[in-house]
Amino acid sequence: MAWSIKVEGLGKQYLIRHQRDRRYVALRDVVSDSVRAMFRRASHERQTPSQNSTERFWALKDVSFEVAQGERIGIIGRNGAGKSTLLKILSRITDPSRGRAIIRGRVASLLEVGTGFHPELTGRENIFLNGAILGMTNAEIRRKFDEIVAFSEVEKFLDTPVKRYSTGMYVRLAFSVAANLESEILVVDEVLAVGDLLFQKKCLAKMEQIGKSGRTVLFVSHNLGTIAALCNRCVLLSVGTVQSVGATMEVVAEYNRVAEKHTTVDITPAMRNRGDGRVRFLSASIFNGEGQPANSFLIGEDFSVEFTLESGTSEQVSFWLIVFDSAGRPLLSSHQRDVETVAIAPGRFRLAFRTRGLGLMPGNYTISAGAFDQKPTFLEWVDNCQQFEVLPSFKSGIPFDGRWGAVNLAADWTLSLNG
Amino acid sequence: MASSQQEIVIEAGRTERRYWRDLWAYRELFAFLAWRDILVRYKQTVIGVAWSVLRPILTMVVFTIVFGRIARLPSDGVPYPILVFCAMLPWHFFANAVSEGSNSLIQNANIISKVYFPRLIVPASAVVVSFVDFLISLALLAVLLVWYQFLPSPRAFLLPAFLVLAILVSIGLTLLLAALNVRYRDFRYVVPFMIQFGLFISPVGFGLAVIPEHWRWLYSLNPMVGIIEGFRWSLLPNYVLDPGVLVSSILVSTIMLAAGVIYFRQTERSFADVI
Repeated sequence: MAWSIKVEGLGKQYLIRHQRDRRYVALRDVVSDSVRAMFRRASHERQTPSQNSTERFWALKDVSFEVAQGERIGIIGRNGAGKSTLLKILSRITDPSRGRAIIRGRVASLLEVGTGFHPELTGRENIFLNGAILGMTNAEIRRKFDEIVAFSEVEKFLDTPVKRYSTGMYVRLAFSVAANLESEILVVDEVLAVGDLLFQKKCLAKMEQIGKSGRTVLFVSHNLGTIAALCNRCVLLSVGTVQSVGATMEVVAEYNRVAEKHTTVDITPAMRNRGDGRVRFLSASIFNGEGQPANSFLIGEDFSVEFTLESGTSEQVSFWLIVFDSAGRPLLSSHQRDVETVAIAPGRFRLAFRTRGLGLMPGNYTISAGAFDQKPTFLEWVDNCQQFEVLPSFKSGIPFDGRWGAVNLAADWTLSLNG
Repeated sequence: MASSQQEIVIEAGRTERRYWRDLWAYRELFAFLAWRDILVRYKQTVIGVAWSVLRPILTMVVFTIVFGRIARLPSDGVPYPILVFCAMLPWHFFANAVSEGSNSLIQNANIISKVYFPRLIVPASAVVVSFVDFLISLALLAVLLVWYQFLPSPRAFLLPAFLVLAILVSIGLTLLLAALNVRYRDFRYVVPFMIQFGLFISPVGFGLAVIPEHWRWLYSLNPMVGIIEGFRWSLLPNYVLDPGVLVSSILVSTIMLAAGVIYFRQTERSFADVI
């Protein structure tokens, strides 16, 4: 069968700036930095290592695969595996740094639901605008208009500004426009994670139908169930490289195997930061609220870590645990000594750390843990002993909305009359 | 279906030969973005419309009082408000286009990071939006002409040529500033200042005759000088156009357009990564 997408040795490199509090490059900084550099050179001052060092990082490395025409292919992998980067390159939003991809036919990419929707415009106006943004011609949109409206089930509100729409209506309308694109290749990122269950089913059916009509569908999702239902083949990405390509069931099984393996980590000396060896951690495992091994969680899901450890001492100790984000910033910490110290004796122990509701926002996290004696000096300190990811969805099923804050704080709100 | 398909090759550092063809293929998106901005602008605020009428009128009143009455600058028998208004047509168009256009990429960051299309469309469509305001101002000028019973010069049919020049220079500068704005986020604070400064070094409130002859060559490096003078020359009978000023304006405009397009195309590929 003829291929419709061919990817050969694709790579994408990003520069990461290690600068604090700087999200953007500011002209002000460029000017002041270069003036400073000029003076430094003039005074023959020795260059001190700059705190604004940049690091090269390969988000994708040597990725190759082929997609046959009419195939529905799933891309899976943990957060940061390079899925989104791959989709961005294939949709021509960003350029690769290496390699190439050849695409036969028009690509419609749906990396987000409702790209370019304007809240002030009506549903009708937004259909035209969104269609044009996705690459449809005016004539095409006119031809498909009734179909789009029927699929979206928002006929009654067509002339209402979409800022008055409910989230569900908004998503339905947006998906309907995209689903009716007449492209040979459809690239979809995770958009089905939104909308009510019934509409999700409808979308799935539509995508299946798109695949059956000979069009190629490239689909990225965290939801393995959706992938299994929709795709016949899968690509498993892992830290920017292709780990395996094959029939969905096999690849999904491999993904699960790998994930399982990650949930228990044997502590190696390399992870040890400090500690005099009176207490030694041997392994660390992560579990979800049901006590099953897991290392991806929804925002607000219960979470626990268990350690096996060996003690060569008999005294009062306390344990601690710190969660770091992917940039290495400590975000959360928990210290047992705030509450209690516990008696330990020579022998092997099992230590459990449980939280009720993990408020971290989507991203990748690592764990450091250790033990104090009563002074406190470090009996043990291991870094990066476990990793986990938080998926872009709340426990309640509501998709993550890109809100601010690193931690979602569970709290009670009360409004009462004053006076 | 398969045989007739186009093949798209995505490769590192590939200068897309398809770019200009794509630009043509996406011409409808260009129209839609302009249509969206106009629609939103006039939907959101009544002020939006009122503003595009009030601003030129207020500027005209202020300039007439300051330059015509207080400074008593010469106007060669042309009513001073008309002298000012003829200059304000291209100037306000230019100022609006540049200030809207230089922010346009940032404002459309969500689309740019999610969908492919030739990015040139975004600032270019912002320039078109300013054209609507230009048409409103043109209508105001017509009212003003009737009010003063002033018959414009028959050269008025040449106005579109100067308008094209104004569009080219606006697009050139807009592309440059829009691309710089993506790269350096604090650049947007510089833009309003540049426009403000530009107003002072352009002959909006007065005629070119006020500038000493031997300084004109320097003065006319500002491409808006030739355009503003061209507008006056095509609308006001007896107004004299210095051909040197016009040539300099055409040259500088062309250079600016070329520089804008080249810089934009060079940085465009990384927009999605840094925006």
